[in-house]
Amino acid sequence: MSEKENVLRLENVTMQFGGVVAVNNLSLAVNRGEIVALIGPNGAGKTTAFNCITGVYQPTNGLIEFEGSPIVRAHPQGKMKKLYAGENAEKYLGERTIDPTPDKVTKLGIARTFQNIRLWKSMTVFDNVLTAKHMRTKQNVFTATFRMAKAEEKKIREETEALLEEQDLLKYKDDLAVSLPYGLQRRLEIARALATEPKLLLLDEPAAGMNPQETLELGEFIVNIKNKYDLTVFMIEHHMDLVMSFSDRIYVIDFGKLICEGLPQEVKNDQRVIDAYLGVV
Amino acid sequence: MKTEKSEKRRDTIVAIVLLMLLLIVMTIIDSVLPSYHIVIKVIKKAAVYSLVAVSMNLLNGFTGLFSLGQAGFMLLGAYAYAILSIPVDKRPGVYQYFDGGIVQFSFPEFFAGFLGDTVGTTVGILVALLIGGLLAALVAYLIGLPVLRLKSDYLAIATLGFAEILRAFFQWKNLGPLTNGSNLLKSYPDFENATSYIILIGIFIAVIVLLVNSTYGRAFKAIRDDEVAAEAMGINLAKHKRMAFVISSFFAGIGGGMLAMYMGTLQALSFKSTMTYEILLVVVIGGIGSITGSVITSFLYIASLEWLLRGLDSGKFLGISAPGIFKNGFRMAVVSVIIMVIVLFFRKGIMGDKEFSVSGIINFFKKRKLRKKTAAAGGDGGNE
Repeated sequence: MSEKENVLRLENVTMQFGGVVAVNNLSLAVNRGEIVALIGPNGAGKTTAFNCITGVYQPTNGLIEFEGSPIVRAHPQGKMKKLYAGENAEKYLGERTIDPTPDKVTKLGIARTFQNIRLWKSMTVFDNVLTAKHMRTKQNVFTATFRMAKAEEKKIREETEALLEEQDLLKYKDDLAVSLPYGLQRRLEIARALATEPKLLLLDEPAAGMNPQETLELGEFIVNIKNKYDLTVFMIEHHMDLVMSFSDRIYVIDFGKLICEGLPQEVKNDQRVIDAYLGVV
Repeated sequence: MKTEKSEKRRDTIVAIVLLMLLLIVMTIIDSVLPSYHIVIKVIKKAAVYSLVAVSMNLLNGFTGLFSLGQAGFMLLGAYAYAILSIPVDKRPGVYQYFDGGIVQFSFPEFFAGFLGDTVGTTVGILVALLIGGLLAALVAYLIGLPVLRLKSDYLAIATLGFAEILRAFFQWKNLGPLTNGSNLLKSYPDFENATSYIILIGIFIAVIVLLVNSTYGRAFKAIRDDEVAAEAMGINLAKHKRMAFVISSFFAGIGGGMLAMYMGTLQALSFKSTMTYEILLVVVIGGIGSITGSVITSFLYIASLEWLLRGLDSGKFLGISAPGIFKNGFRMAVVSVIIMVIVLFFRKGIMGDKEFSVSGIINFFKKRKLRKKTAAAGGDGGNE
């Protein structure tokens, strides 16, 4: 495994809503085994970038590659041809657009969590994780209904149990997911994402609403699961402690544009980043 | 772990015993009462309604797709059943304005030809019912392609419109040789006894229960709870919504066929949107997302509407004779008050999203026993 093997690569990704360019000509790369952070002020387009990667939005222009093969490709179409305010409009013009739905992206091995926790409210902790296994299970509706795939069902149940055990959530197994304390809900959401067997994990503000102690624990937790499941982690985060101490590299965006990238130390002392985001240190 | 297993076994045994009891009671009812007796009628209709309500619950309650096309799919199933099972020699009479119709074939007769009268007719009826279900499922698939892109209210309006169009379409004169236009279809075979209704519908509902508790049922619930999260966790929304829609329609089609069977005569006019609302009412009162709730409510609703409250329309109720007040239509007024009371005091329906289960009952009685014991011991453990 080479040091610089790209897992995720964004190239000239632009997302324009009407006249607003939310993400502007963003290019970045996440290498295998890294923890990379995406930071920037509120409204900079971080979550929009995530939504482009996971197929929630189709970007207006640009290319996204996962493990070397394109998963999203787009160029301005329809009325966007006239409205388009970004760059590199001609670059992907001749190419076929690729516009996957989020489930297809997940199937490729990209799992995500959400900024505001989105667990399935009526389900127990166990069922939340078990349901995320649905995509990988080899049962069709007929065999599932008539219990003809018992081994398969047993397998996903055991895997779920093991996963909950590892995440220290097994004792809450039969509780409703929403009845858990906030921090555990976050962890459950990550466990649910892990259940889809991802190679790349996208975390959208995993430490939102946590105190410094919890944030620290979360950082260690992320490093732990990264090593254990052989993951690459790409996260949006506002807690600078977490970002600076746990990420390998950092991308900073402001008004949709990449303003800086580099190692935590470099980014910390970069004047543009201080002006746009960090403020006086 | 061991106790869990033995408890499970106990529950299954109790459930089987209860089912056997139900069957025995049904057989006794069937053999004692004549087939036109109101109790038999109520059981038959309520059974059919529970199947349709459960199928609607699968879609509206478990998948979160608010569809109002149930009557349309029932109509398809009903017509398919009737057209495929009217005896050939009765067809000239039924299709008197259309030269006996174009279909000159009957499944019950066809199977009776080589399986004997009783078995053959039953098999023929089942086959016709299944074809009705499959037809409804096929149409649901086609309708679902465009319609399932819509959400919430828009989906409801689209499916409602579809059901209404279908009803008008089946009354179309040019389709007369097939559907008998706006005239009645009749003379098709029926199960004489209520037991066969209960068994058949019990099987269908059991299949739905199995589906809901399978990995696909969990995916449906995930879509209901949070579509965005479901999609992000790899559940293909389009595929699973379509699947729920098709399966629900399949059972609605079968339910429609059995409703036609129960009614004895079939007319497109009776599959109005009010029928969908009636079923929706049963689903909501029973509890959205509760299968047992739908079943229990179907029986309560049909029994009170068709039987227990009949007196309110005909002058005498509970021994009170008041022909001045208890006249036609008063029953519906009382029913609407009852419904309002239920909606006010049981916001989530009678069962909420809980299920009625054997272990639930046993635990309930155990708790009561425990409470009595503690009360008898003089302990003040009332807050447990």
